[in-house]
Amino acid sequence: MKKIAPEILVIGGGAAGLSAAAEAASAGAKVLVVESDLRLGGQLIKQTHKFFGSKDEYAGTRGYKIADILLNEIDSFKDSVSILQNTTVTGYYTEDDTFTAMRGEEEVFQIKPQKTIVATGAQERLIPFPNNDLPGVYGAGAVQTLMNVYGVLPGKRVLMVGAGNIGLIVSYQLMQAGVEVAAIVEAGPRIGGYWVHAAKIRRMGVPILLRHSIKKALGEDVITGAVITGLNEKFEQVGPEEEIECDLICIAVGLSPTTELLSQAGCKMMYVPQLCGNVAQRDRTMRTSNPAFYTAGDASGIEEASAAMVEGRIAGLSAAAALGYPTEHGKIDEYWSRLESLRMGEAGARICQGIECVLVKGWEGASHE
Amino acid sequence: MSVTPENNEKVYVCRCEEVTLEEIDEWIDRGYDTVEELKRVLRVGMGPCQGRGCQDILMREIAKKTGKPISEVAPATVRPPVKPIKIGLLAEGGEE
Repeated sequence: MKKIAPEILVIGGGAAGLSAAAEAASAGAKVLVVESDLRLGGQLIKQTHKFFGSKDEYAGTRGYKIADILLNEIDSFKDSVSILQNTTVTGYYTEDDTFTAMRGEEEVFQIKPQKTIVATGAQERLIPFPNNDLPGVYGAGAVQTLMNVYGVLPGKRVLMVGAGNIGLIVSYQLMQAGVEVAAIVEAGPRIGGYWVHAAKIRRMGVPILLRHSIKKALGEDVITGAVITGLNEKFEQVGPEEEIECDLICIAVGLSPTTELLSQAGCKMMYVPQLCGNVAQRDRTMRTSNPAFYTAGDASGIEEASAAMVEGRIAGLSAAAALGYPTEHGKIDEYWSRLESLRMGEAGARICQGIECVLVKGWEGASHE
Repeated sequence: MSVTPENNEKVYVCRCEEVTLEEIDEWIDRGYDTVEELKRVLRVGMGPCQGRGCQDILMREIAKKTGKPISEVAPATVRPPVKPIKIGLLAEGGEE
């Protein structure tokens, strides 16, 4: 079996992975980026709205344009960054420190890097309810991909479940595409996403029903409607049921980090509710308990793309430094101060709590690299 | 967060292997209250998506029924491959 041996392997070509690759390459390292999708850019390429955050992380720029900026940066390092798209890293074997990867469904090969940055992102959470297996029930992120990347409209009238940023933004983009939004239901007592997104939706006359959830989907072969009900503080049903006519139900109840490869590499994992799932312990360089593994972006805890890009920079810089490439002194501290400023505010405070649980000062028995 | 379903309504937790919430609850009641055990008796999470869609729901259901916090419910052991690979491809690779 073919085996390739890059200095640094970056798994995932999204916001975090591209930033990591650019940073490592700028320090002089040779990098291989492996992306399972046909296109690079991860979730950025479907974000048609302008980002918040700070100027350093392109606030005010639309997400897909940020992907272009990162890709241009990568392009300027084309002698040191190679990229494999449509290629999935399928496993890691500790016996010989080797990954297996599959290009399309035609070719399997091995990768044995010196350092690995796992920037595999996240997957959408789903919730169980009757008829959730009928066509027309989607993850909200999947619908955003269908619309904004592939130009496919998934329905005519939608019920959105979840009023976090994804639920709000995708609702708005569905409306921009001509889909009617019947309502947004949110099981919690408050809107999770930014007020500016919620306000836009409300101005269009769409109800955002707090302490409400979907009870079941209706339909025989496809979705024809949904039953929603009110909830109390214990998330038990209160009040009458209401039937909503719709042919599309979008689930936007959160994401969970994609961490299979970190688990296989024996990285110490930990369930951190504020980071939305099982994530790897890491130090300030984004190194995990396995000295050859770094993590960044949503795979290290669910957060916004702006933070993912900074974490990617830290991981890329650290991996290059660990290989002996000279890096600018104090740059990691600078990146951490950027992260701190991105993590100000209420949502950020929660992220900081989570990071505190999972961040270690140093690794036991590790010699300082 | 969804509302408890009424009787006779099928709620699929694992779409790949067609495992329902009712079956899962039944086996948890019999004492199979870990992800690993439920995997073995029901094949939940063992289909093409390898639990990406259902493990989270499964862990929450175990937490709910056993009264444990979700942080104490262990996820399944993750083995390669994380995505299905045609056996022919692997066999070809072995020739060299």
